[in-house]
Amino acid sequence: MKTDIILSGVGGQGILSIAAVIGEAALKEGLFMKQAEVHGMSQRGGDVQSNLRISDKPIASDLIAKGKADLIISLEPMESLRYLLYLKEDGWLVTNSRPFINIPNYPEIEKINEELGKLPNKVTLDVETIAKEVGSLRAANIVMLGAASPFIGIDYDKIEDGIRRIFSKKGDEIVQMNLNALKAGYEVANQIQKK
Amino acid sequence: MEKHLFLGDEAIAQAAIDAGLSGVYAYPGTPSTEITEYIQNSPLASERGIHSNWSANEKTALETALGMCYAGKRALCCMKHVGLNVAADCFMNAAMSGVNGGLIIVTADDPSMHSSQNEQDNRFYGNFAMIPMLEPSNQQEAYDMVYDGFALSEKLGYPILLRITTRMAHSRSGVETRPLQPENQMNCPENGRQRFILLPALARKRFTALLAAQEDFVKASENSIYNRHFDAPNKKLGIITTGIAFNYLSENYPEGFEHPVLKITQYPLPRKLVTKIVEECDEILVLEEGFPFVEEQLKGYLELGVKIHGRLDGTIPREGELTPDCVALALGKEVKSFYSIPEIVEQRPPALCQGCAHRDMYDALNEVLKEYEKAKVFGDIGCYTLGALPPFHAIDSCIDMGASITMAKGASDAGIFPSVAVIGDSTFTHSGMTGLLDCVNENSPITIVISDNETTAMTGGQDSAGTGKLEAICAGIGVDPTHIRSMVPLKKNFEEMKKIIREEIEYQGLSVLIPRRECIQTLTRKKKAAKK
Ligand SMILES: Cc1ncc(C[n+]2csc(CCOP(=O)(O)OP(=O)(O)O)c2C)c(N)n1
Ligand code: SF4
Repeated sequence: MKTDIILSGVGGQGILSIAAVIGEAALKEGLFMKQAEVHGMSQRGGDVQSNLRISDKPIASDLIAKGKADLIISLEPMESLRYLLYLKEDGWLVTNSRPFINIPNYPEIEKINEELGKLPNKVTLDVETIAKEVGSLRAANIVMLGAASPFIGIDYDKIEDGIRRIFSKKGDEIVQMNLNALKAGYEVANQIQKK
Repeated sequence: MEKHLFLGDEAIAQAAIDAGLSGVYAYPGTPSTEITEYIQNSPLASERGIHSNWSANEKTALETALGMCYAGKRALCCMKHVGLNVAADCFMNAAMSGVNGGLIIVTADDPSMHSSQNEQDNRFYGNFAMIPMLEPSNQQEAYDMVYDGFALSEKLGYPILLRITTRMAHSRSGVETRPLQPENQMNCPENGRQRFILLPALARKRFTALLAAQEDFVKASENSIYNRHFDAPNKKLGIITTGIAFNYLSENYPEGFEHPVLKITQYPLPRKLVTKIVEECDEILVLEEGFPFVEEQLKGYLELGVKIHGRLDGTIPREGELTPDCVALALGKEVKSFYSIPEIVEQRPPALCQGCAHRDMYDALNEVLKEYEKAKVFGDIGCYTLGALPPFHAIDSCIDMGASITMAKGASDAGIFPSVAVIGDSTFTHSGMTGLLDCVNENSPITIVISDNETTAMTGGQDSAGTGKLEAICAGIGVDPTHIRSMVPLKKNFEEMKKIIREEIEYQGLSVLIPRRECIQTLTRKKKAAKK
């Protein structure tokens, strides 16, 4: 098994916490993993991305090659489009549908949706709304992870275990809320995939 | 053996601790910062009392590390690539004295300039100082090379330059650690005065010794288990990789190499191994992260030898970091995208946080400077450099740390008025203070704004060396205390801020303005930590 994932979003949205759960699950599975992160600028609001590679064989490059990413997970719709050069022909794009508008020339959302519509394999969902429904806006990342979970190549229950381990320090209530968030995201993806 | 998921930076830090480190000395700088932060947060390091406080700048860091090595202990000194420019005086001369305890100097280079002003390749510094260099190809090697590197430094008697780049520093991978070693005992060098007093007569002897040591360094490279030759059938081409370039090459040959490969991770160049691949292959391709360092050495000025491909002939782009794609193209392989980036996708540059004190400072400064057509504002490096972008468009320069004050002085000497410098608190203590003394000595009519957010924000909010002391420092250097004026940059103080700025610009002498309000990111982090 081998999955190459590009995570994208806007600085401060917390793409790295998604990577942390996947990494935790991958490591427990005994998989190899490489994850190139973006650090540095502590101010908020610029575009950020991370390359996450997991495989049952050793991984050479820290960066994913063009046209080879199995999955793009994005917390922001325009940011999801920025990495399309990297998406495989049959790869999946899973993105938050709610724009984060902090630049004056942000494109019209209809145009973004039009571009997303051209892709054969995609899941779009409003993670903030779903996160609020299951308990907290803070779980938005985990809703996103849930929506991407069918494409990661790691069993769903292993990802649940990853969440339990990562959030265990914060108490059972937080763990349960995040498990619900994961489930809610997963349901959306599952329905779209079935269509 | 335990396996951990480590950033390259963390692997280096853990390896240093495990190898019996006694002190890390550093000034923050992306992508090197996490090495020191890891040691600061390590329970084992604090149990052992390993020194890990930040230094005021890279030069003080390296000199302090050298002092620790003088006393026989193992020291690590970390900086981003441009930091070595600041530390270069000590760096070049530490190669003359050599070391007693092991010293590893980490330079974290930033090709593609993800967060830097240039993409200088500090392997040239290693060559310049004529000391051994390590350039690991992955996180495990980074760990192992540092773990063994202190002993290597002690055996050879010289500091070692460890060169990493952004993708090594900030990429995570599984790393196996090795047993914890005791720290070195204190042990001053027996012939210390002969080595550490670089008076010309003694320095000449040291230089002779350094030249003589070169052969040892080459032998160490030739015997290094990390410099490796891989045989393959097709000898039309031989490929030399350095550091992480090896990974991009391997990525393109999942079934095994087609051409012979020489993987280099220790310098000076392993002469025998280089000779072997050059002799057995018709042409050579050099893959290296950064400048054409190996390529130039092999090619020579007159290009008389074997045909060399790389960054100089355009086989690899001359600028920017390597990618699996540019390596694939260099190997004649296809790179194919299936989707293109829609034209509607816009740039999204970083911006000063909402509520940031630098915003209020720039708003007030901009308002006042509207009254002066010829004003120039010399900026510096930190979050406040983003004042260059809309909506502020507030600065005219940003060159290197500390240059705001001295450039403003030079511009004022040339007749520019008003000449304003904007500098952060950490940058001021890093290298603004000495320039301030130049201004004091001539009472230069410039206005210096030290925008004090009480932290080193740009690199993630490390302690700032001058917090709570800035007024005293300026007065101590000799600025007239009536022209050292602090203010709280908030909307409600806007009129008062403007008044002070205007008065001090009009004053025909040196003034220092200190708008002070804590960085909101640091403040939020502190509040969170207090809740726990
Ligand atoms: C020689 C050198 N060392 C380190 C850096 C990395 N660096 C850039 S800005 C900065 C600190 C800025 O702190 P401060 O001046 O207080 O401004 P702030 O970011 O807090 O606004 C550092 C460490 C650099 N660019 N050059
Ligand atoms: S991190 Fe701090 S100093 Fe930097 S922009 Fe944000 S609030 Fe301002």
